[in-house]
Amino acid sequence: MTALAIDIREKRYPAVGRAGANLALQALRFEAARGELVCIVGPSGCGKTTLLNIIAGLDHAYSGQVTLPPSANGRPMIGYVFQNARLLPWRTVSENIELVLPPGEDHRQRIQDLLAVTGLGDVAHVYPERLSVGMGRRVALARAFAIDPQLLLLDEPFVSLDEPTADRLRLLLLEIWQRQPTTVLFVTHDLREAILLADRIILLSPPPARVAASIPITLPRAARQNDATIDALRRQVLEEFGESARSL
Amino acid sequence: MNPPRLHSPAWLYIASIAALLVLWEVAASIIQSRVLPTPMTVLLVLVRDVADGTLPYHLMITLARVAVSFVLALLIGTAIGIVMGRSVLLDRLGDSWLIVFLNLPALVTIVLCYVWFGLTEVAAILAVTINKIPNVVVTVREGARALSRDLLEMAQVFQFGRVKTLRHVVLPSLGPFIIAAARSGLAIVWKIVLVVELLGRSSGVGFQINLFFQLFDVASMLAYTIAFVAVIQLLELGVLQPLERRANRWRR
Repeated sequence: MTALAIDIREKRYPAVGRAGANLALQALRFEAARGELVCIVGPSGCGKTTLLNIIAGLDHAYSGQVTLPPSANGRPMIGYVFQNARLLPWRTVSENIELVLPPGEDHRQRIQDLLAVTGLGDVAHVYPERLSVGMGRRVALARAFAIDPQLLLLDEPFVSLDEPTADRLRLLLLEIWQRQPTTVLFVTHDLREAILLADRIILLSPPPARVAASIPITLPRAARQNDATIDALRRQVLEEFGESARSL
Repeated sequence: MNPPRLHSPAWLYIASIAALLVLWEVAASIIQSRVLPTPMTVLLVLVRDVADGTLPYHLMITLARVAVSFVLALLIGTAIGIVMGRSVLLDRLGDSWLIVFLNLPALVTIVLCYVWFGLTEVAAILAVTINKIPNVVVTVREGARALSRDLLEMAQVFQFGRVKTLRHVVLPSLGPFIIAAARSGLAIVWKIVLVVELLGRSSGVGFQINLFFQLFDVASMLAYTIAFVAVIQLLELGVLQPLERRANRWRR
């Protein structure tokens, strides 16, 4: 069952100052099944964030069609984990999560559970500026899952973390996602990360970005936990799709 | 904590006030004139006028005018500032008006308000409010321009809606700007209120000062001034500074 259908004919940034007009996306089409974890991989600056912003409804200046998952009450809930955590610095960790939930209900239990799962129980009443970068990203993850999203967008959420921390967070993402299945679009420039997480990898071409390849990863996730397996898969992808994956 | 604590703010504060009093005392004893009474004379007048209730009466009236016009100016100015900071079109349209009002002398606004609306309480409050609004707008507009686009996008994706966005994203990030506007506001507003009272009200500290001016009663004039400055200082220490600390408690 299709949860998400993307058909972007064209997304162009107008010329600003000396920088000429820039065609960011062109003829970019793909679909995602319900509950599928799709990793979108492409070189830096190829328009991945632009794509997510269009899907999230933050950017309307494009031509094409984005079909979001069906929802009982109007707009579907979209969880978005930005590259930087984007927490409200003047609200505590638990207030940041509470704010995305519908008002007038008692969410204490729900927030407590989420904080426990993400290992944030001790910092529930701490202001975000006192958190480490990794912890801030965990709060952002908890916040995105808090709303029970029909679609979860993640924009390089583990970039610029040290590798052990990033690995723990990847496993955490999988753990929460398995408890709370939803359709996921995970943007990254790191092919290894994509192989570790994805049901399917979508390779984007250099700008103007379109889909260069769609690669299902059928190996069970439990079997992807060691580096040798991931490296083998990565080599396989690179050989098969060498041209479009060259810069990865 | 270093033991002598000679530099602690409280000590410095007391020392500088004491130095001012000594200077005044010396000057007054050299000049020996009715137009510069000694601190003791002023203190006695202050005690007398507090005891017979005239000073508290006029002080409270002035404070009430300050409070009403201060709150009005802050509310209206913040609203206009947010709108102008967020909309390029309204900013361009409103900018020339803003410059006119910024450069309008307080005295002109006051006189015009009295001419147009009569020597009434409403005209007095209106005059003070109009005088203060442009400063609030300029400060808050600066803050609204600097609003984090990242956080606004976050609020949009998570469907905060207008009220929630205003309360949890916009206003907290404007906090330092609103407090800055409030502080300079308090200082300006009470000075303008005195002029308004002098020109068209029959009560309040400004009215009393005018009376003492005609009687050449400098001691009473100083007594009222000192009482009023002290009250405003207490407001700053007791209300504005705690508010500022509260608004900043999330900072590292």
